[in-house]
Amino acid sequence: MRVSVGLPSTIPGCQGRVLLEWARRADAGPFSALAVLDRIVYDSYDPLIALAAVAGATTRIRLATNIIIAPIRNTTLLARSAASLQTISGGRLSLGVAIGARQEDYEATGAPFANRSRRFTEQLSELQSTWEDKRVGPSSAEFGPPRLLLGGSSDAVFGRVARYADGYMHGGGPPRAFARAADKARAAWLDLGRPGMPILWGQGYFALGGDDIIEEGHRYVRDYYSFTGPFAEKIAEGLLTTPQAIAQFLRGYADAGCGEVALFPTSAGPDQLTRLIDAVSGLASVESAAHAAEVGHPCT
Amino acid sequence: MYITILGAGPAGLYCGLLLKKANPSHHVRILERNPPDATYGWGVVFSDRTLAAFQEADFKSYKAITSRFVLWDAIDTYYRGELIHCSGHVFAGLARKVLLTTLQERCRELGVLLAFSTEVERLESLAPADLVIAADGVNSLARRTHEAAFVPRISPGTARYIWLGADKTLDAFTFIFKESEYGLFQVHSYPFSGDRSTFIVECAEDVWRRAGLEQASEQESIVFCERLFADELRGARLYSNNSKWINFSTLKCAHWHTGNLVLLGDAAHTAHFSIGSGTKLAMEDAIALANAIEQYPDLERALTEYELTRRPIVELLQGAAAESQGYFEHTQRFTTLPSAQFSFNLLTRSKRITYDDLRLRDPRYIEWVDRSFATCGSQTEQITFAPPPVFTSLALGGLSLSNRIVTQPSAERTWTAQAGAGLEIYGPLAVSADGRATPNQPGLYDADHSATLRAQVDSLHETSIKVCAVLNHAGRRGASRAPTASASLLDRPLVTGAWPLVSASALPYTPRSQTPSELTRDAMRAVIEQFTSAASVADARGFDMLLLHMAQGYLLASFLSPLTNQRTDDFGGSLANRMRFPLEVFAAVREVWPRQKPLGVALNCHDGVKGGLTLDDAVATAASLKALGCDLIQPMAGQTTPEASLPYGKAFLAPLAERIRTEVGMVTLVGGYITTTNEANTLLAGGRADLILMTPPSSRHATPQVKG
Repeated sequence: MRVSVGLPSTIPGCQGRVLLEWARRADAGPFSALAVLDRIVYDSYDPLIALAAVAGATTRIRLATNIIIAPIRNTTLLARSAASLQTISGGRLSLGVAIGARQEDYEATGAPFANRSRRFTEQLSELQSTWEDKRVGPSSAEFGPPRLLLGGSSDAVFGRVARYADGYMHGGGPPRAFARAADKARAAWLDLGRPGMPILWGQGYFALGGDDIIEEGHRYVRDYYSFTGPFAEKIAEGLLTTPQAIAQFLRGYADAGCGEVALFPTSAGPDQLTRLIDAVSGLASVESAAHAAEVGHPCT
Repeated sequence: MYITILGAGPAGLYCGLLLKKANPSHHVRILERNPPDATYGWGVVFSDRTLAAFQEADFKSYKAITSRFVLWDAIDTYYRGELIHCSGHVFAGLARKVLLTTLQERCRELGVLLAFSTEVERLESLAPADLVIAADGVNSLARRTHEAAFVPRISPGTARYIWLGADKTLDAFTFIFKESEYGLFQVHSYPFSGDRSTFIVECAEDVWRRAGLEQASEQESIVFCERLFADELRGARLYSNNSKWINFSTLKCAHWHTGNLVLLGDAAHTAHFSIGSGTKLAMEDAIALANAIEQYPDLERALTEYELTRRPIVELLQGAAAESQGYFEHTQRFTTLPSAQFSFNLLTRSKRITYDDLRLRDPRYIEWVDRSFATCGSQTEQITFAPPPVFTSLALGGLSLSNRIVTQPSAERTWTAQAGAGLEIYGPLAVSADGRATPNQPGLYDADHSATLRAQVDSLHETSIKVCAVLNHAGRRGASRAPTASASLLDRPLVTGAWPLVSASALPYTPRSQTPSELTRDAMRAVIEQFTSAASVADARGFDMLLLHMAQGYLLASFLSPLTNQRTDDFGGSLANRMRFPLEVFAAVREVWPRQKPLGVALNCHDGVKGGLTLDDAVATAASLKALGCDLIQPMAGQTTPEASLPYGKAFLAPLAERIRTEVGMVTLVGGYITTTNEANTLLAGGRADLILMTPPSSRHATPQVKG
């Protein structure tokens, strides 16, 4: 299993140069990819702009959106941005897309909240078509279109993954929750006659350090997920706060057949990356960065 | 804190005593409409895990309760005059009255105020309190008063049951299945004191009406049940306690608390009695609520915590209870099974217990199940050791399969024998060039293709593996690009070299797909000719078995589904019309395909889209196919249209196979992501399927690796 690290692009107050420095250090570290989240009405950076800057600041590390809210964006422009980033970065992009859960993000962009599920399905088909037709975006075919992964948890998601995408991005939780979702994704994949297996991503939040760092982490997660109401508390409880917790979390995901886990910071402090590198280096369940570095290495 | 609890049932009393114990400065008052010694219902059941939670929560009441427990570890099943015994299931039973008395005493000891015979007419009339806990049962006044806040949904079950007591000593949980002139009755019975047992009688609504129980008085019902179960009661009497024949209603609420009012136990949720969890859930709720209130000074936070802790557990159990309830509402369907399969199906009905679990609990029971399965229930056949079900042979028509494992290499992949399988499925194979789904799909119309097939079938026949071909006409899903591992182009039309498509109606599969033409009567005859010709080739090439593909939106399936068949002729409209052409194809193939070789159908069992084909339609179609000499059904679902949404997961097609197998009495082959022999054995031993299409390790996640 490969381990990726989140960019602190949705941590309020994080400065631009911090993002780029974070990216350079991650590029030199054991991580397979840098992942970004997507919020509209929140103190945060545009995910594709942030990744484009990261692409320029790094050479090796892959780039992932985990996830980007698709229905609030124009499909052609999204396809074009993603294809541009894929080409600029030398084929390093995995585009995770989902419907998103926050009505305010729809309202802020003027996108209709009703029928978002149906429109999302149409978008998936259109993304693939746009990339294939090359009517828009760079014509360079060197790297092919980005990998397309889907997030979400409803029954309909897994059929969509098998029909339109390359894999599934789980939204976080204990390994057993991931294992159930992974079974659904594999069952659908097989049912629709797709060869091989879906690419599977997991996700977790970490806060490594003293009590103040952990408290800051809890505060951030509670705030970020406050739209889920009381559930934010449960997500905060799942925060990984020790190297032991991270090791067991990763082992659980690896055993459940996860291909890649993205660990997101809850504080933009530079020590967080250092501590995470220490925590994941040398773990038996984690693939080495040298191995992960080969672009186009088949993900499982 | 001033705490008012509505209802002095197990949940209310237990929560009251735990709150008072945790903080003696709380003023806890419990209001109960009945007098202290009134109780409805007979015994309650707890599992060993629940007992451990009681021990932790309050040792004193735990000791008092457990000293009065009746413990047992066996489940006895009376079925067709046989008594089937399975042990290793630890349960504890207790008279509800004893439980209540114990909890009342403990409440008094701790200083909880108990006000019995106190009717609360309106919530507003309550004295002000910091927290109101509604433990006032399934008809909760509090919940009804604040329906808008709790958003309750009540779904009534379809079976009728009556809660009785028997003056009978039991040493096991006892199920009785009894055929009568009116239909099937079943009893759930378990001990709760040395000389008394709970005795719940249940039957389908129509059976209940036929037996005249709708009009029967309480006493007449008792007389009826005593007479019906005279053999099993052996002279014991039945007793009622304000007992009525009712439907079980499952209650779910969107929210369990509002302001300072919180729902507990049956007031918040119910789960079918057949998994014996009502009191258990209620008392576990009480523990969680008391813990949350102790932990969080902020009431809103505490009530939220309680709800978040309990909801996933309750929902999981409600899921299992729904499975169990569904079983008991349709038990008649399972009475076609031999006793071992019937019993195994019963014990694994809630899908929480598997073959391997039962083998651990009672090796002798599983030995009996295995033996009975291997000898098809025959008493005369002698075998020394029986293999687990998955490794038993199966005679299908004139074909003998060495075991129940079926594999199907993907059509696009190289064809290799899957060691260990009894049957290998090859296909789908196109019946004509125009019937191909993709340009590279192999077919049986082409001399070159079938010559390579001959060699491949021959090589498999050097092993004990039998070979089955799936014949298909892709219909409107034709002329598509082949599915790939990455960059999904599923059902994308070919850019060049596409051929004209046909379907039941002129509707494209996706907005980007070619619009097919409606299959004319002449074209139907041509398709029938293609199927029979391909079947003859398959026979000549040595295939042992044939499946006709009538699923996943391909040509024959497009006739079956109302979503894709909008014809106004004899082949559209009613289900009988919609199945007409697929049945014609089947009948024609049956004519040319050798009698002794099995002929089956991969059948769409539901579309996964509102307004689409349903399992009831599939049951009727399967019955018609059976009448035409169909030997086997492989249930499938979805893909009729690209929008289909299925409950994907482990063995997701198994419920479809079970229904077809038990209701139509047909051999079923079930796939749908089955990866372990434990899952396969559980499906086979329970009579849910006969052959298991297993997913090979290459399509699963990484197998354990040894690092060098």
